Amino acid sequence: MSDTTHAPASPPAMRRTIGSTGDTIFEWLCRGAGLFVLLLLGAIILTLFIGGLPAFREFGVQFIWSSDWNPVEGRESYGALVPILGTIITSILAIMLGVPVAFGIAFFLTELAPPWLRQPIGTAIELLAAVPSIIFGMWGLFVLVPFVQTYIQLPFGETLGALPLIGGIFESNNFAGTSIFAASMVLAIMILPFIAATMRDVFNQVPPVYKESAYGLGATRWEVMTGVVLPYTRISVVGGIMLGLGRALGETMAVTFVIGNANRLAGSLFDPSTTIASVVAMEFPESLMGSLKQSSLLALGFLLFFISFVVLAVSRWLLRSRLK
Amino acid sequence: MQNGFNRRSLMLGAAALPVGAVPAFAQQVTITGAGATFPRPVYERWGQSAREALGITLNYQSIGSGGGINQITNRTVDFGATDAPRTAAQLTEANLIQFPTVMGSVVLIVNLPGVADNTLKLTSDLLADIFAGRITRWNDAKLVEANREIRLPNLPVSPVYRADASGTTFVFTTYLSRVSESWRAGPGAATSVQWPVGNGARGNEGVSNTVRNTPGAISYTENAYATVNRLVTTQLRNKSGRFVKPEMPTFLAAAALADWNRPGFAADLVDLSGDDVWPIVSPTFILLPTNPVADRVVGSRNTMRFFDWTMRTGADAARRLEYIPLPENVQARVRASWSAVRDPSGAAITFA
Repeated sequence: MSDTTHAPASPPAMRRTIGSTGDTIFEWLCRGAGLFVLLLLGAIILTLFIGGLPAFREFGVQFIWSSDWNPVEGRESYGALVPILGTIITSILAIMLGVPVAFGIAFFLTELAPPWLRQPIGTAIELLAAVPSIIFGMWGLFVLVPFVQTYIQLPFGETLGALPLIGGIFESNNFAGTSIFAASMVLAIMILPFIAATMRDVFNQVPPVYKESAYGLGATRWEVMTGVVLPYTRISVVGGIMLGLGRALGETMAVTFVIGNANRLAGSLFDPSTTIASVVAMEFPESLMGSLKQSSLLALGFLLFFISFVVLAVSRWLLRSRLK
Repeated sequence: MQNGFNRRSLMLGAAALPVGAVPAFAQQVTITGAGATFPRPVYERWGQSAREALGITLNYQSIGSGGGINQITNRTVDFGATDAPRTAAQLTEANLIQFPTVMGSVVLIVNLPGVADNTLKLTSDLLADIFAGRITRWNDAKLVEANREIRLPNLPVSPVYRADASGTTFVFTTYLSRVSESWRAGPGAATSVQWPVGNGARGNEGVSNTVRNTPGAISYTENAYATVNRLVTTQLRNKSGRFVKPEMPTFLAAAALADWNRPGFAADLVDLSGDDVWPIVSPTFILLPTNPVADRVVGSRNTMRFFDWTMRTGADAARRLEYIPLPENVQARVRASWSAVRDPSGAAITFA
């Protein structure tokens, strides 16, 4: 019985049993699938980079911070600053608007709602996630944009516009309603279901004994949430937010309808602008094969990939102490 | 399994049905086209009539002139439609011929509460200032001075432009470049330019919608969209210094001065001189490949049949939508130009 005193030093060796051909095939199929995903991702990145190379060569590093977008033949000049800023600003605003509401929904569903209400609301949230994004675009254009135009832009401009330094971002001469703010609102509503569903699921997974111990010590609901539940579920919550952010970065149709399609630097939240996905969707069908414009659009696609990668890296860095 | 009427025989029977149903629809052919939103109303009207009259179904995608040029260059459709004419060099390089179908007018649409149709007077300078962002409110001194008979509201000016590559933009910016030196040096004339101010919308349809929903908006669109959507249009001062209304007589006056002798029938109808001339008129063109591959020959033939039929019988429908049909002599020359379309063996494709 000397074996019981030894801790296993390494995993036991795999045993080849008779009839393992099926297993081998399956193993290779799985490996193939994994490799395929990697190769596909590499191929997409390579295609975008090679397609965008003429633009990078023509404009150099200037491409990234130039706010030009001049498609007139003979004086073509393209720059990525406006789409990049538009993408980043709308996504961050969408997170700022959407995460508190998602947290509120998850909190309500796990702590406050009576049991008979949890199922219907949970289903409603999941249905919201299933709505196609072009429906959000249409709804945004016909319902949200006039609403922002009349009830949000005017009051914000008159009241917050008077603030000393940051007042300028609330005032705008653009009264069409299609603006960065409208796009951020639509995006917030679109990413809400993912974040809320993720949060609700992980909040439910907190072992009840932790919460009950905290309640037993006299903690309030809020203290339990911030002191016990959130720290326990931090990884998944951040993961859910990153999922929402990823969707917001790449969202195309809903944003194209409501952002105003202006390839200019926006001075205010209520100015029109554009995002990378929106400008590619709008201008790719009409760009001739091999033209500088198409190359610039492919370069923009590559930059979007790069931004998503940076976001992912930041999220993993934020969780580095938890993910071993 | 007792009776012969089991699931398998039912499925076999169901599979046999569609095969028998196909021959009934065999004489319906479809031609596909893509491009300008400028002529979409009249093409769709013609397409509806052609289905019964000719047995040709038209599938037209109005994705903008730029998209149309791209699609026909890639030969993914039977014909492309554009308002921005291609140069002779571009046509030869892409193996295309270009011919006009109708002429249409670009009008200015505004959304100003209290201002009635065709009462607002705009000069070319004011128009260039508005779209360049130099005039930002509707009760600006310069606008008031030109419009003493009407009361302009105190609203911000919201220019709306085409976000997609558009022949309508090409025609409008050509006009602005001709009347304003600063516009020519600045944004210039093209299917897509860098607009100094304003919001973009997709298609003539999107622009009309945005103007309708935004008080204080002004934009440019093809006349049919303004009529159909009942939008308020404005007067414009032409080269002869007279304010003209966007109506059929002024459009016809411009069309009568067209010079069809330029390559690709690219008559220039922008900012012409004449007392009653509407300054922004343009023909709209079809691009057809001169070298269709074997399985595209049928499509080219039917496209020519379709447009031959529209030239002979479609003038009324065009006029009802306030487009201007081509004059007879130009129609004859267009038909003659189709002899450049050859099938793979080198023979001209007949359409009669």
